[in-house]
Amino acid sequence: MSFLKNLDLRKLPMQLLVASIITLSVSAIGMVELFGGRFVITGLFTMAQILFLGPTAFFAYRAAQEAPAGKKWQGMIKALLLGVGVGLVMVVFVWLAQNLDVRSIFINISPRLINILTFEHAGGATTLFIALVLSALAGGALALVPDKLRNALLVGAGVTLLVGLLSEILAERLRSLFGSQLSSAIIASKALQVVPAAVLFLLVAGISYMRQSGRIGKVGPTLKPSQTKIVRTALISLLLLVLPMLLGSYLTEVTNNIGLFFLMGLGLNIVVGLAGLLDLGYVAFFAIGAYTMAALTSTGHLGLAGISFWVALPICVAVAAMAGFILGMPVLRMRGDYLAIVTLGFGEIIRILALSDLMKPYIGGAQGILNIPKPMVGELALIRPEQMYYVILIGVAIAMFMSTRVRDSQIGRRWMAMREDEDVAEAMGINLVNTKLLAFTIGAGFSGLAGAIFASKLGSIFPHSFNLLISINVLSLIIVGGLGSIPGTLVGAIILVGLPELLREFAEFRWLAYGVLLVTMMLNRPEGFIPSEVIKRELHAGDEAEQAG
Amino acid sequence: MAMLEVNNIHTYYDKIHALKGVSLHVDQGEIVTLIGGNGAGKTTTLRTISGLLKPREGSVKLNGEDLAKYPAHELVYKGVSMVPEGRGVFAKLTVEENIEMGAYIDNDKARIERNKESAFTRFPRLKERRKQVAGTLSGGEQQMLAIARALMAQPKLLLLDEPSMGLAPILVDGIFDTIKEINQDGTTVLLVEQNASMALAIAHRGYVLQTGEIVLSDKADKLAKNETVQKAYLGID
Ligand SMILES: Nc1ncnc2c1ncn2[C@@H]1O[C@H](COP(=O)(O)OP(=O)(O)OP(=O)(O)O)[C@@H](O)[C@H]1O
Ligand SMILES: [Mg+2]
Repeated sequence: MSFLKNLDLRKLPMQLLVASIITLSVSAIGMVELFGGRFVITGLFTMAQILFLGPTAFFAYRAAQEAPAGKKWQGMIKALLLGVGVGLVMVVFVWLAQNLDVRSIFINISPRLINILTFEHAGGATTLFIALVLSALAGGALALVPDKLRNALLVGAGVTLLVGLLSEILAERLRSLFGSQLSSAIIASKALQVVPAAVLFLLVAGISYMRQSGRIGKVGPTLKPSQTKIVRTALISLLLLVLPMLLGSYLTEVTNNIGLFFLMGLGLNIVVGLAGLLDLGYVAFFAIGAYTMAALTSTGHLGLAGISFWVALPICVAVAAMAGFILGMPVLRMRGDYLAIVTLGFGEIIRILALSDLMKPYIGGAQGILNIPKPMVGELALIRPEQMYYVILIGVAIAMFMSTRVRDSQIGRRWMAMREDEDVAEAMGINLVNTKLLAFTIGAGFSGLAGAIFASKLGSIFPHSFNLLISINVLSLIIVGGLGSIPGTLVGAIILVGLPELLREFAEFRWLAYGVLLVTMMLNRPEGFIPSEVIKRELHAGDEAEQAG
Repeated sequence: MAMLEVNNIHTYYDKIHALKGVSLHVDQGEIVTLIGGNGAGKTTTLRTISGLLKPREGSVKLNGEDLAKYPAHELVYKGVSMVPEGRGVFAKLTVEENIEMGAYIDNDKARIERNKESAFTRFPRLKERRKQVAGTLSGGEQQMLAIARALMAQPKLLLLDEPSMGLAPILVDGIFDTIKEINQDGTTVLLVEQNASMALAIAHRGYVLQTGEIVLSDKADKLAKNETVQKAYLGID
């Protein structure tokens, strides 16, 4: 048994403990039961099974991964031990649940839960045990396969799983695009059919594998980099133009919300990501943009001017930008935490002002402003989400263009220098006052633009739409996406705004998932999904030094 | 007329009276050093000269012009560059980006390129590492980078705050040689140091600062022989 020599099991108890706790808690809080009947792949496995087998597989993978090079087989031993451990814990749990009455405390530990855990048959505790061990071994085996293959398998499984989760929405789309026959061949009763799932998995894993080997891209005519860029831009533009037709009303509405948050994210990215000024009251400018739009265009009794959306839009942006400038002045001397608190206060002041009796005659207090007309193009009012989409698309395009230009300009360098060291920046001739004010002003302008479109899209606005949570959400999405990075901001918006919307089926548990996602992200990938160059360097400067040294 | 003339400045941190009437002057072409122990007020003096702190009393004049009316960031346009204490390189930017940032006020691309090349000739170590992230440079390299960056603005007067801080003796020699060269190439230098022996070795004149007051000033070689200085700063009994 020479390969057992130096088997390092020190971390195993901890991993076993965590895996067991996660498995027990997803069961005890009712997640497993809720998803017991929810197949991801028809007849094959359910959401619940992923929930109670997944953690074991994951931790087995982690345990196996730590095995020293050259003794990778030790990993399988660890995985096996972990699987057996969690298996025993769960078998005991099932036994306890069957023989003791714990429901007065843990109301979710129901007979139904036990049925699910025991794979719906008597004596299923053994099956549960075997399933956990097998999951652990599968996780352990994953650590043994070469990197490229593993990545391909994981990407394939991830995409298949995601499609399975979103199958209800996808089914509706497939039906309206290709007819119900094809749709039900692929997705039946909310779950992916076996054959399409296998095809999808193989296809995605295959493409991912080829991409990693650099074998894709060499097929087809070789293009110069500049030509590739043109082709790519053209394809993306085309896709963006026809997107609402592919997505249908519901998904377009989701896309629109993502777009508005992306727009805000772009603005906050300038303030926080580039200039390094932590602003927690960002929703204020969104509110100001929205209320300006409402007051200028509403046809109700609070409408001031009754002008059209298009005329009002630049005014809204200007008013919000002005507000940013004004807020910028008192907070110029502040940094970090203090700045965060002051801006937080400002955000709340705006919301409370909007609610107050003082402002009620002008902006309606809690009743808000109603009858905000939709944008008009000629005689056509843009009522449907598919039409509003284009307004948001234009807004996003402008904001993206401006963001990129500003970031790469001398102003961008000023922000960067200021973020890094105010004194040195000043010694180098950078006017901190202007630089900060500019960041606040531009950031607020973007948010105002989003707010103005939001008001017109909704048709009525109320103070409670502008609470602190929006600021927090926008901040989270730029951090999750990658501070300072524009593509990252988009990814962040899709994940934090789009996914919770699409996963409505999962009720309140989606917020749990959201929290878990934020925590794991920050632990494992603090630089975000698509980090900007500079941030990546900061967080991994140590690694580079290690490699160099 | 002196290039830099500091006249009886009193600087406070709220109630702490950090500078109690400091006067000094630096003539064109000189290296002048300001030595003193921890907390003597050396950094405070430099920060007051560069406008980051405002004196309650007294004046700072550059070529006869009072600097009080200029905010700190405009000083570099007047030909004054500062290398702050603790180096203050932009840790996340590469060596090259740091250097380019030093030419922030310059709009002439060709001149920036020329200055960059001469910085790299002066500091070949930095040239090798031009793509490396500044935060990962060694202490000595960061000091070189901070100086190189300050020189990008082609200053007439260079303010250096403890360039030898935290460096191995061999690197300190190198840095001081470089400062001497920079001076010989025509830049006037005001050098703040705790390492009195090295500073006095390259400087023309020196001032000794003690708890916010100048207690001695003389030619550098005379100061080096001064008994009090030898006792207090050179460790000679
Ligand atoms: N930001 C500040 N707030 C309050 N007091 C300060 C501040 N900065 C410096 N001081 C005080 O002013 C005095 C002079 O400090 P200064 O930093 O100028 O000393 P120094 O001569 O540069 O010392 P060192 O050689 O240690 O850098 C010290 O007593 C210090 O405690
Ligand atoms: Mg100091």
